Amino acid sequence: MTSLLEVQDLRVRFPRGTGGITPVDGVSFTIERGEMLALVGESGAGKSLTGLALLRLVPPPGRIEPGSSIHLGDTDLLRLEGEALRQVRGRRIAMVFQDPMSSLNPVLTIGDQISETIQAHAEMSAREARGRAQSLLAEVGLGDGTSRYRSYPHQLSGGMRQRVMLAISLAAGPDLLIADEPTSALDVTVQAQILELLDRLRASHGLAVLLITHDLGVVAGRADRVAVMYAGRIVEEAPTAALFTGPAHPYTQGLLASLPRLRGPRRPLEPIAGTVPVPGQWPEGCRFHPRCPRVMPKCTMEPPLVRLEEQRTMRCWLGVTEG
Amino acid sequence: MTSLWGATWHDRGGRLGLLLLGVLTGMALFAPGFLPDPRAMPDISHGVLLPPGPAHLLGTDEHSRDVLARLVFGGRVSLAVALGAVTLSVTLGALIGVVAGYAGGVIDAGLMRCVDAALAIPRLFLLLIIVAIIERIPLGVLILTIGATGWFGTSRLVRSEVLRLRGMDFVRAAEALGASRRRVIARHLLPGVAGPLAAATTLAVGDVILLEAGLSFLGLGVQPPTPSWGGMIFEAKPYVVTAPWMSLAPGVAIALTVVAVSLVGDALSRSAGATRS
Amino acid sequence: MSVWLVRRVAQALVTFLLAATLAFFLMRLTPGDPLARLTEDRPVSPETLRALRARYGVDRPLVAQFSAFLGGVIRGDLGQSISHNGREVTELIRSRLPATLLLGGTALLLNFLFGIAIGVFQATRAGTGPDRALTLISLAAYATPSFWLALILQWGLGTELHWLPVAFMQEPWLAGRPWSLAGALDVFRHLVLPALSLALVTFGATARYQRAAMLDALALDCIRTARTKGLPERAVRWRHAWRNALGPMLTLFGLWLPLLVAGSLYVEAVFAWPGLGTLAAEAIAYRDYPVIMGTTILVSGVVVLGNLAADLAHRWLDPRLRTP
Repeated sequence: MTSLLEVQDLRVRFPRGTGGITPVDGVSFTIERGEMLALVGESGAGKSLTGLALLRLVPPPGRIEPGSSIHLGDTDLLRLEGEALRQVRGRRIAMVFQDPMSSLNPVLTIGDQISETIQAHAEMSAREARGRAQSLLAEVGLGDGTSRYRSYPHQLSGGMRQRVMLAISLAAGPDLLIADEPTSALDVTVQAQILELLDRLRASHGLAVLLITHDLGVVAGRADRVAVMYAGRIVEEAPTAALFTGPAHPYTQGLLASLPRLRGPRRPLEPIAGTVPVPGQWPEGCRFHPRCPRVMPKCTMEPPLVRLEEQRTMRCWLGVTEG
Repeated sequence: MTSLWGATWHDRGGRLGLLLLGVLTGMALFAPGFLPDPRAMPDISHGVLLPPGPAHLLGTDEHSRDVLARLVFGGRVSLAVALGAVTLSVTLGALIGVVAGYAGGVIDAGLMRCVDAALAIPRLFLLLIIVAIIERIPLGVLILTIGATGWFGTSRLVRSEVLRLRGMDFVRAAEALGASRRRVIARHLLPGVAGPLAAATTLAVGDVILLEAGLSFLGLGVQPPTPSWGGMIFEAKPYVVTAPWMSLAPGVAIALTVVAVSLVGDALSRSAGATRS
Repeated sequence: MSVWLVRRVAQALVTFLLAATLAFFLMRLTPGDPLARLTEDRPVSPETLRALRARYGVDRPLVAQFSAFLGGVIRGDLGQSISHNGREVTELIRSRLPATLLLGGTALLLNFLFGIAIGVFQATRAGTGPDRALTLISLAAYATPSFWLALILQWGLGTELHWLPVAFMQEPWLAGRPWSLAGALDVFRHLVLPALSLALVTFGATARYQRAAMLDALALDCIRTARTKGLPERAVRWRHAWRNALGPMLTLFGLWLPLLVAGSLYVEAVFAWPGLGTLAAEAIAYRDYPVIMGTTILVSGVVVLGNLAADLAHRWLDPRLRTP
């Protein structure tokens, strides 16, 4: 049985003059049916671009490099064009974004924005689509769905807009939802409600979710697995609980150490020294080594991908046992 | 400012425009030395309405004058009118825009209401009501008039740029540190306005060339026997059928010049926009 | 909404009256005698001159003249023409208005059709060869003097090829029968060249604005959403992007309406189209200042109304402005 999504050696490149930059540089991961994978990292790590690449929506002039592969079930996404590609978007993979205000079209009613998605993927009359859209609105918690159907995005609060985005993403019944920082633009109290809604929808629709976030707090107790991304690469991948209890990669350790804890012994917060390098100025070898507290001479060479245990990998020389 | 022009030179369209403009101004400046006097009326036996040929590259007109010579000299006049008028209108517009943007309140509101009103009258009609009464308008007065009717849009642009810049932190900081008003304007506001203003100025040159041509075509602009491109088309009107070269040449000259100027203006506004963000 | 509407209409009214004031003083403070042309070829006795000056009201003090003028503008009385045997300027304008509306409306329609189609086409292919070529073509169209293009089309398609009539609005034997089929067809044949000239020199501006507005709209986040939803490209382009580009286009409407008006003056003059442009061009030749003044007032009224309509349409089309 194949995975729902299988990404192999994904590279996204932006040509610039004679050179160019590769903000996503050899990313591989899989997502199983109904599973939630969290893609975690600081801004500039290439998380959002990875998400867009899955929908073949890398903004020009960026492009997915040859040698990359993205398979959705048996479909090779990188071979699709035109109509076939359109039918994947929304219907098999849906996406919600960070800022629900700018993501919604300001001049169309939210109802229209849901029903047009339904009608783009199913033979359905306008009336039927409308009914379906209203029940979706009700499902995401916008009253009975009829009163808000004719509202415009600016008439809603931030949390309500993100609910609308979730309703849109469910409209065509996708298997996979990419949620790109879905709560980062919202107030803290609203964040919890939206995450709770996301969990509920995931359960009721059997959705697999790729949760893109910089916030490890969102990931804990929610995602099945975590992939930590740094400077265009996944540096560690592990089941969520294992990652939180025993982070292996020094970068993951640093991320966790910089997180305040409610339980356990008090300890000082330790921010990671230095700043995230921008694409194009990535160091040779392990890209984290200039900031790494456990740097070794060989870190200037490309670190191998090490399998630590079942479902756990890391890209670091520390995992290589000598001899 | 220099980087702005450099960026324009590196812009594909901008370079094309600069080159074209260079050739056109070069011709206007230096070619008359090699051509017959455009105002002299040669002997009729010289050849009236001669088609283009080796002796007269663009033919002759109804007074057997060389069309190329008139075209080149007319280019001088048209470009001089455009430069003079635009210099005047941009200076006025920048001054009034800075005053309105900086003073705010009643002064700003009053000035902008007047600008609204002036913009409600198309510039051609504004010029018509001034120029139509004056018999045989002197060139200097024409330049002044065109310049004085062109600053409304510029003042609006400068005002909004000043307002935008004044809201920015570095200007606020300078004001908070007690920099004098003149210093803030000279050191912070004018350099910030320079980019958009340069673009608007360049585009305004194109507008004025078209406007002057139109006025001359109506017989209200540059007065004969001084050649101007619009005037040449006006004079060529009766001979469109018998001597089409007389009308073709100045029309193409106008279009080429305005295209060149607009290409440069577009490139300038692109690079001004790029430096802003 | 209603408070905004009242304020906006009041503002338009003030702008219009200020424009009329400006026009009046510009004309009156320019050196030169407005009646010079009337008296230049024939000796006139001082009494006649005095009578003439009284008839056109130029003997009274400037302030009195101004209040009379402004009162007239408000009542819709624009004075008497000098060259048309003293006919009322408003009556002259009324007789010429239909022809200008026909020509201007047709040109506007063609302008929008070409300009919008080309601008959208360019924006969706920004940076490619076709985009650059069309940018140059639009620029060339804008850079071409309308009167020159009119002359050349008149010469080429009319005089040389005999495809189309080169002047007037109707053949003399069909005059007065514009509603018959033959008459309508005749008017249409006369309309082609002037309308084409006017549309050709103005569509470039529309295309340039449309391209820029559409590029901005296509860069919006919500366009990315529309694509992730799997909408067909046509829906993304027109329903989502173009609707968002409409607002900026409307605001620019007021900017190039004057261009269209000025262009129609030249084009009408070249084709002897019996509209306001020809009326104004004749008035210029005869220094008929009340007619020049009257058309100027009318034109600025049209510009103010056009801006008002654009603002209203913008507000009506943009739900963020329409609904709280």
